[in-house]
Amino acid sequence: MWSFFHKLGSPPWLYRISGSILRWLLPLAVLGLVVGVLWGLLYTAPDFRQGNSYRIMYIHVPAAVVALAGYYVMAIAGAINLIWRMKIADVAMLAAAPVGAALTFVALVTGAIWGKPTWGTWWVWDARITSMLILLFLYLGVIALYEAYDNKTAASRACAVLALVGTVNIPIIYKSVDWWYSLHQPASIKFTGGSTIDPSMLYPLLLCIVSFYALFTCALLANMRVAILDRERRTGWVQRLVEEGG
Amino acid sequence: MGAFLSVLFRRQLALGLRRPAQLLNPLLFFALVVTLFPLGLGPSTDTLSAFAPGILWIVALLANMLGVDSLFRSDFDDGSLDQLLLAEQPLYLLVFPYLLVHWLLSGVILAVVSPLFALMLSLPGEGMLVLTVTLLLGSGVMSVLGAVGAALTVGLRRGGMLIALLVAPFYVPVLIFGSAAVRAAVSGLDALPYVALLGAMLSFALALGPLAVSAGLRISADT
Amino acid sequence: MYFDSFQAAMAMGGHGVYVWSAYGITALVIAQLVLWPSARKKRLVAELRGEQRRRAGASQETGQSDRESS
Repeated sequence: MWSFFHKLGSPPWLYRISGSILRWLLPLAVLGLVVGVLWGLLYTAPDFRQGNSYRIMYIHVPAAVVALAGYYVMAIAGAINLIWRMKIADVAMLAAAPVGAALTFVALVTGAIWGKPTWGTWWVWDARITSMLILLFLYLGVIALYEAYDNKTAASRACAVLALVGTVNIPIIYKSVDWWYSLHQPASIKFTGGSTIDPSMLYPLLLCIVSFYALFTCALLANMRVAILDRERRTGWVQRLVEEGG
Repeated sequence: MGAFLSVLFRRQLALGLRRPAQLLNPLLFFALVVTLFPLGLGPSTDTLSAFAPGILWIVALLANMLGVDSLFRSDFDDGSLDQLLLAEQPLYLLVFPYLLVHWLLSGVILAVVSPLFALMLSLPGEGMLVLTVTLLLGSGVMSVLGAVGAALTVGLRRGGMLIALLVAPFYVPVLIFGSAAVRAAVSGLDALPYVALLGAMLSFALALGPLAVSAGLRISADT
Repeated sequence: MYFDSFQAAMAMGGHGVYVWSAYGITALVIAQLVLWPSARKKRLVAELRGEQRRRAGASQETGQSDRESS
C-alpha cells in the first residue's frame, strides 16, 4: 500500500503506467461510447412525448454527470496538493480543469439543441441548464486564476483553494437554483417530475455514462503525461525517452 | 488575544474612515447604477416596481464585488500583511476584523441607505424592511466570499476583473434568496424563512470562509 | 433496429437536425480532448529532441576546436 503511494510520487513510474493504462482504456472507452451511442440512436424506441429528440439524452446526461464529477476530481486533487504537497496531485488538478470545462460545454450545447424541439427555444432558464452554466463559470474561474499567476507553484495552490471553496458551494448553488426554478416555473413545461425511465433506454444510457467516465480518465491521463514531460524535461529519464523517440 | 483583535479592528476602521471619499464611492456607484435601470427599462412605475427587488440586489452584489478588491490590497503593498502572517495568533481569527470592517463600511451602510433607492425604483413599502434586513445578512456572506477572492488575487497586479470572475458564481444563492425574500414580502407572503436561510448561509460562511481566506493570504504572501 | 431505412434514421421524424448536430458537436469536442494532448506531446518531444541535437552539435564543435588548438 505504502509503496504504491511512494510510486505515485515518482514521475517516470507514473508516466510508464499511465501509458500502458491508456493503451487499453482508450480503445475500450471509444468502443463503449460507439456501441452505447448507436444503441441509443438506432435501437431504442422514441420517447412518447418528445419523439426522437430525446436521443440527445445519451450524450447530454453523461457529459453533465462527468462534468460535475470532474470538478470534484479537481478539488480532491487540489486538496491532496495543499495538504501533502504531492506534485502529482497538482498535475492531476490542472489536467482535469480543461477536460471538465469542455464536458460542461458539451452538456450546455447539447442541452440547448435539445431545448429547441422540446421547448421551442434554444435557451430556457431551466434549473439544470442554469446549474451547468454556473459550473462552467466555476471551471473558467479556476483556469483564469491559474493563468493570472506567474509563479505556477503558487498558482496551483491558489486554484486548489478556489476549487475547494467551489466544492463546498456547489451543493448550495445547485439546491438554490433548483428552488429558484421551482418558484418561477410555469406549470405548462413541467414534465420531469417523477418520470421513470424504461430499462430499454436505461441500459444504453448507463453504457454511455461509463464510457464518458472512461474517456474523462483517458483525457486526464493524457494531459497529465504531457505536463509530467514538460515539468521533468531537464531530468535524465525524459532525455533518454526523447532519444528513444518519445 | 481579544486585545489584539480589537486593536486590529480599530486600526482597520480608522483606515477605512480616514478617506470618506472611498467610503462614499460604493454608495455613489449604487445610486448611479440604480439610475441606469429606469433609463434602460423605461420609466414605467409598474415595470420598475416589479423588477426592483432583483435590481437592488444585483446592484448591491456588484458594489460589493467591485469594492472587495481593495480589502487586503494596501496591507499587502506596505508589508503589514506579512507581519500579520507572522503573528502568533491564529490567522483564522485575525481575518475577522478585516471582514467585520469591510461589512460595516460597505454592506451595512448600503443596507441602511437602500430604502432610499428602493423608493426611487418604487418598490412597495412592504418590502423595505425585508430589503434592509436581507441586505444586512447577505452583504455579510458576500464580504466573506469576496474576501476569499481578494485573498487569492491580492498578489496579482490586475486583480479587479478576476475577482468578479471568481466569486460571482458563489454569490448566486445569496442573490436568489435575498431577492426572493423581498419579492415574498411585497406580495404579502412570509419572508422569514428566506431571512433564516440567509442567516444560515452567513453562519456557514463565517465558520468556513476565514479558513479559505487565510489559506489564500498565505499563498499570496509566498509569491 | 428501430428505423426502417437509413433515410428514416437521418430524419428521425423531423428531429434529425437537432439530434445529429448535437452528436456531431460532441464528437468534435471529444476528438479534440483526446487528440490535443497527443499533439502537445509530439510538439514537446520534437522541441526536446531539437534541444538535444543542438547541444550535441555544440559539444562536437567545441571538441573539434579543442583538438585544433592543441
